[in-house]
Amino acid sequence: MSAVTKVSRRDFLAIVPTAGAGLLLGVRLGGDAVAAEAAGSNPAGAAPGTAGAAATFAPNAFLQIDTRGDVTIWASKSEMGQGVRTALPMIVADELDADWSRVRVEQAWVDAKFGDQDTGGSGSIRTKFEPMRKAGATARAMFVAAAAKSWSVPPSACRAEKGRVIHIPSGRGIPYGDLAVRAAAQPVPQNVLLKDPRDFKIIGKTLPRTDTPSKVDGSAVYGIDVKVPGMLYAAVSRCPVFGGRMKSFEGTKAKASPGVKAVVPISNGVAVVADSTWHAFKGREALTVEWNEGPGAAESTESCARQMADLAGKPGRPVRTEGDAAAALAKAAKKLEAVYELPFQAHATMEPQNATAFVQKDRCEVWAPFQTPSWALEDIARASGLPQSAITLRITHLGGGFGRRINPDYAVEAVEISKAVGAPVKTTWTRTEDLQHDFYRPASRHSMAGGLNAAGKPVSWHHRIVSTAIQTFYDPDAKNPEEGETGGADDVPYAIPNMRVEYAAAKSVVPRGYWRSVENSFNAFAVECFVDEMAAAAFQDPCRYRLDLLAGDRKVRSAGGHLVLETARLRACIELAAEKAGWGTPLPKGRGRGIAAHFSYRSYCAQVAEVSVDGSGNLKVHRVVSAVDCGRAVNPGIIAAQMEGGVVFGLTSCLKSGITIDKGRVTQTNFDDYEMLRIDEMPQVETHIVPSSEPPTGVGEPGVPVVAPSVFNAIFAATGKRIRRLPLQAGDLAGTS
Amino acid sequence: MASFNITINGRKSTVEADPDTPILWVLRDSLGLTGTKFGCGASLCGACTIHVDGKAVRSCVTPISDAGDKKITTIEGLSANRSHPLQQAWVAEDVPQCGYCQSGMIMTAAALLAEKPKPTDEDIDAVLGTHICRCGTYQRIRQAVHRAAKGGAR
Repeated sequence: MSAVTKVSRRDFLAIVPTAGAGLLLGVRLGGDAVAAEAAGSNPAGAAPGTAGAAATFAPNAFLQIDTRGDVTIWASKSEMGQGVRTALPMIVADELDADWSRVRVEQAWVDAKFGDQDTGGSGSIRTKFEPMRKAGATARAMFVAAAAKSWSVPPSACRAEKGRVIHIPSGRGIPYGDLAVRAAAQPVPQNVLLKDPRDFKIIGKTLPRTDTPSKVDGSAVYGIDVKVPGMLYAAVSRCPVFGGRMKSFEGTKAKASPGVKAVVPISNGVAVVADSTWHAFKGREALTVEWNEGPGAAESTESCARQMADLAGKPGRPVRTEGDAAAALAKAAKKLEAVYELPFQAHATMEPQNATAFVQKDRCEVWAPFQTPSWALEDIARASGLPQSAITLRITHLGGGFGRRINPDYAVEAVEISKAVGAPVKTTWTRTEDLQHDFYRPASRHSMAGGLNAAGKPVSWHHRIVSTAIQTFYDPDAKNPEEGETGGADDVPYAIPNMRVEYAAAKSVVPRGYWRSVENSFNAFAVECFVDEMAAAAFQDPCRYRLDLLAGDRKVRSAGGHLVLETARLRACIELAAEKAGWGTPLPKGRGRGIAAHFSYRSYCAQVAEVSVDGSGNLKVHRVVSAVDCGRAVNPGIIAAQMEGGVVFGLTSCLKSGITIDKGRVTQTNFDDYEMLRIDEMPQVETHIVPSSEPPTGVGEPGVPVVAPSVFNAIFAATGKRIRRLPLQAGDLAGTS
Repeated sequence: MASFNITINGRKSTVEADPDTPILWVLRDSLGLTGTKFGCGASLCGACTIHVDGKAVRSCVTPISDAGDKKITTIEGLSANRSHPLQQAWVAEDVPQCGYCQSGMIMTAAALLAEKPKPTDEDIDAVLGTHICRCGTYQRIRQAVHRAAKGGAR
């Protein structure tokens, strides 16, 4: 990336004087983020504003400076704990040379003016970094111009600092607040220079999160906290079997239940509408619904596993072929085979699903913890029968997202109910509903075969992935179900001359969706454990083995071609994690270290886990050391928090929980049978960030995929036992130490 | 429906509710005190924790009929202006991510500190080990409780 970047005139839409109060700046971007995605080959090197002539113009950032000098920055992505309400404004504020203590952050409402507001794929900072910089830099240039004009000096004699413009020769200054009206009258600058990153004052600092105060006194408003005048409360009865439909219902008793106002059928069940949440829950208990369960009732975890095993016995669709893996395996000095299995997983956001909707004749307003407003808008338009232009979406705080709230089903329900009763309605799901009506991380099975030469080097790699593809849930006839299922497996970066990666989609009635790190969460487990098995078969240190296989500065392209992994950066992460974790230093008896490395969401992550197993087969994870290269670190404290969170999320999925299916329905009901890691099981977690001047990349998800393989490789190191099925079961480690 | 005279955050109020209504829903739906959160409805996650006469109680499974003339404190009433040492420590350690579980964490930690001003890691695990944070802020929570025990602020 060039140190100084020019912003062209077409990037800016308008400067709007705000009723005499100051400067309101709308910035539109020439679509560089979109163009970089599509260009693929060298997104990192594309200069902003030079690409994307074909992208649509839309303002994507708003910032306001009022006459008191207070700065308001609207965060255009959803805050679900990942820190966008802090990191995005930091980027604007730095280029603006704002006084951070005068910056106030607001959640942007849903409006095309803000550009892409969908929050996912660990992409908020990556895609908004340049636009946010431009927003700040443009405003700064206008303040400088206004001050220069009032002093009758050239702008080049002025600089901005901490919310004021300073005349360099004389040292006199004017605060932004005093300049706001004059700045708004300035012409839009045609060529705004972005800062040299060496001059960043805010970017790169661990500033406290802007939302923390509201999260320690109960004042942060989540979707579930919304209350609008005249609002009713609803609870929905849905078919427990996936794919089932309501046959009939008997609502007389429910209607007679205290506080119940109405019982209405909706597209996915029956809603009980009452004057309070409790009355809605109680009313639903009195409701009788007969379901047509449909063919889904035949599915179970066992039937799904049998189907996946059958598919794994046949060739799948090739997604990567290099050399001849089968021939090389046949000639290999040593052969290995292994099968890894991972279950469906629920998101289990701490805030259960909910939404508040008010559908009126000609308009509709919905308040909800949206993660993907664009999808919500489409589905709500359909459910309400209103055009998108008549729909207003309000994004609240999200009590966790992890991909669950990408699907807008919870909001559509509220819309249907509000439409039916003609009043504002809030729906609140119970934990059981939340666990039993999720869009689950696909279940998967991985058949691995590998061959080593006499020196222990891998010469053949064969990975056959079978999963209940996300795509085939939405379209059973999806032409390319492997897309979105093979990431992290189709770009294995280890130097192995003969590679074959295949994919086959299993059928299932269970809804599938996007679960923090998506397919990386299962592919990394299979890939990084199997590499570890190869290292063990070669009697080599698993860290050294990986580094040797990553030697040289190679670039590895993903199957879709849009992601490029650089082996040097992954190697640097492994070296850093190993060093910080004391890899190779002696451990107490019964302890073991495991390592794993993975590239996802354009970031590199390596992790070393340290575990022990006691005489009763109880596992303890003592320490997890992560190294991450996510390009330029905007807020290192938030990055560390995301890595800490990724470790807990990963540990929960490999040690505590899995979703099982019986008669087409989810077996788990609450946190007693879908357990979460708790504080007494929390290892010491350390995060080390690789210094980088590359463009920022994802941090929300890349910490997750490495957890399971590093921990299970550590279990092997401690006990000599390979466990290849997640999550860990009672008895898996009996008699191992 | 019945009338209940209750004392919440030092203020007396009268609420109409069915006797079996969990205090959680009275707080949230009737009184607008939404800082106390609904997480599981079964005393499994701790998001709904409040103080009843100073003791940490799960409001999702405690009926309003049990409130009697006891004093109820919610996160909104823990301090004026976030001045409780735990709230200051939470800010100093930048604990919350999504933040949804944090009210409950803080209320349980506050009851712990009232009883044990200098808790050990084991003391913290014993009471907060029944809570859940899906975002994984446990390490910072533990640091923040220790910091609060030493006074709180940065």
